[in-house]
Amino acid sequence: MAQIFPEWTNKLPPFIALGAIIIVIGVIGFVWYYFSPWYTDVGYRPVQPVPFSHKLHNDDLGIDCRFCHNLVEVSPHANVPPTQTCMNCHKLIKPDSEKLAKIGESWEMKKPMQWIRIHKLPDFAYFDHSVHLRAGVGCASCHGNINQLEVVRQNTPLSMSWCLDCHRNPDMHLRPVSEITNMYWTPPDNQMELAKIIRGDKDINPKTDCSACHR
Amino acid sequence: MANGTENIAEYSNPGQVTGDKLSFKSLTDKISGITERKTPPVWFVAFGAAFSLLLVLLGSIGYLVWEGVGIWGLNNPVGWGWAIINFVWWVGIGHAGTLISAILFLLRQRWRTSINRFAEAMTLFAIMCALIFPGIHVGRIWVAYWMAPIPNQMSMWPNFRSPLLWDVFAVSTYFTASLLFWFTGLIPDLATFRDRAKKKLKKLVFGILSLGWRGGNRQWRHYELAYLILAGISTPLVLSVHSVVSTDFAVSILPGWHTTIFPPYFVAGAIFSGFAMVVTLTIIARKIYSLEHIITIDHLEKMNKIMLLTGMMVGYAYSIEFFIAWYSGNIYEQFVFLNRAFGNYAWAYWIMISCNVLVPQIFWVKRWRRAVPVMFVASILINVGMWFERFVIVVTSLSRDFLPANWDYYKPTFWDISTFVGSFGLFFTLFLLFIRFLPMISMTEVKAVLPQADPHSRTSGGLDE
Repeated sequence: MAQIFPEWTNKLPPFIALGAIIIVIGVIGFVWYYFSPWYTDVGYRPVQPVPFSHKLHNDDLGIDCRFCHNLVEVSPHANVPPTQTCMNCHKLIKPDSEKLAKIGESWEMKKPMQWIRIHKLPDFAYFDHSVHLRAGVGCASCHGNINQLEVVRQNTPLSMSWCLDCHRNPDMHLRPVSEITNMYWTPPDNQMELAKIIRGDKDINPKTDCSACHR
Repeated sequence: MANGTENIAEYSNPGQVTGDKLSFKSLTDKISGITERKTPPVWFVAFGAAFSLLLVLLGSIGYLVWEGVGIWGLNNPVGWGWAIINFVWWVGIGHAGTLISAILFLLRQRWRTSINRFAEAMTLFAIMCALIFPGIHVGRIWVAYWMAPIPNQMSMWPNFRSPLLWDVFAVSTYFTASLLFWFTGLIPDLATFRDRAKKKLKKLVFGILSLGWRGGNRQWRHYELAYLILAGISTPLVLSVHSVVSTDFAVSILPGWHTTIFPPYFVAGAIFSGFAMVVTLTIIARKIYSLEHIITIDHLEKMNKIMLLTGMMVGYAYSIEFFIAWYSGNIYEQFVFLNRAFGNYAWAYWIMISCNVLVPQIFWVKRWRRAVPVMFVASILINVGMWFERFVIVVTSLSRDFLPANWDYYKPTFWDISTFVGSFGLFFTLFLLFIRFLPMISMTEVKAVLPQADPHSRTSGGLDE
């Protein structure tokens, strides 16, 4: 009887097996990274209606974060300042600047500015800024070196595993409350001892059960 | 065969096939011919019906995905309804295949050869039907992959302390092992099909599937050893899978579920319903394809005996549950069982008792054990009863839990029923494709038990074994 398959097909099975293993691992790895916020969200940097520079205001001029985001220590939500906050200064400083035209318009028309939101959490995840600040997590721990940026970008994935990484092992991210808005603070050599004191003083035991965030 | 020579035939013809009419060639022609002939019209009719039901299943699942599990009749105390009942029922049906192929193989029960291919295929299709239900009952089907331990950006990992996760592993392991066993057994038969094929495409497909089988001495030795090893691997699975399924219930603290008897009781029930399904399907197939000389009345009788045995094991479990409820002195346990027999769902309980305990008793009578119409009706009633067993377990315990303020009556909706009925569509579609394109009886193994295969058989003057 004639052969159905040519001889080289004898060598195929190991390649098929190897290929299958590579494909399965490849697909899992691909989804793991490319479907996660590490890939989809980090680096999101939309063009805002007014080119507000955190570098200028915070780093060069030394205005504290809480001058504008004034409710961050007492509220779950870190408020974006209203036009009135801008006008506190800009009534007198560069009132005619072209870049500020939209702020002026908003002020005249009594209509809020339409800033584009960057840091979004899903509705089913509960997050409270004030709790984290009181525990001693600095702005920079999540938002990065925002004081160096002309245009704000998302610095961290805000994914569930990212939250859990810190909740399971928060010691490297705790600092004295007086330093929370200090963008140049770095953990001292005795950070572990410092963290132990902070955690002891405030009884900080970050929750990792489902209902901590999914309430 | 129903005369005095039967005992001799038992020894000289371990495969129980009526050997006089069969030679190696006529057997090959008979079984291969079924798939090589022009498709009979009755097959198209059956396939059309099965495929329509499959579309009903797909429609029901589609609406479920769109709308959510609210379309089912679930209510506040009864959070597990038909989906779990159907899952357990289908998995149970899947148990006969591996029992026949693995345990009966290791026990040298050579009469299994005529029915094992059939029963194994049925097992695979039943497990597919079963796996649909836990897959779709999660509500958000697009995250069903959370059941598998796959790394992800949420740091989500399955809870290994949950029996529901054990279920995922138990049933998927069972499916994989059954598939490998079935396929390994098929290889020599697939090679026969390849050699008989006339068309190029058929040659290629069966050529790939038969993995280069030439029937050499060395290949046969490897094959036999692989089959033996797979039988050894599959044997504990027959007992473990339904034991794990029973822990879904037994690990909880609900009266009526929290019972140590559950694992063996579920395994017996699974084999019971599995054999009933094999009998139902076998009777139809042997009639349509005139296989009465290969799947003989002796085979059917042996399966009926197993149903009688497992039916009584199930009946024993029902009674011991009542005994323990009384003996425990636990008022909740006692209430649950009295409520089962005399409460809101007493109708379901008595359907279960009649079908599962009373119906198999007819198999004490040899004449009925060998009467095809009797066993056909009985096998269907047994599967009805086994469905109601799971209904009674799931629904009565949940609908009457610890707090009377929670109590509610559970009723299925249209979508519960259409999903269940549709799952038969999937089952029969796959089954009809199987009997159309693959050898539904293991030619290799039946040949090995033909009298001609044994040099010491009656025809050459000696007795086997």
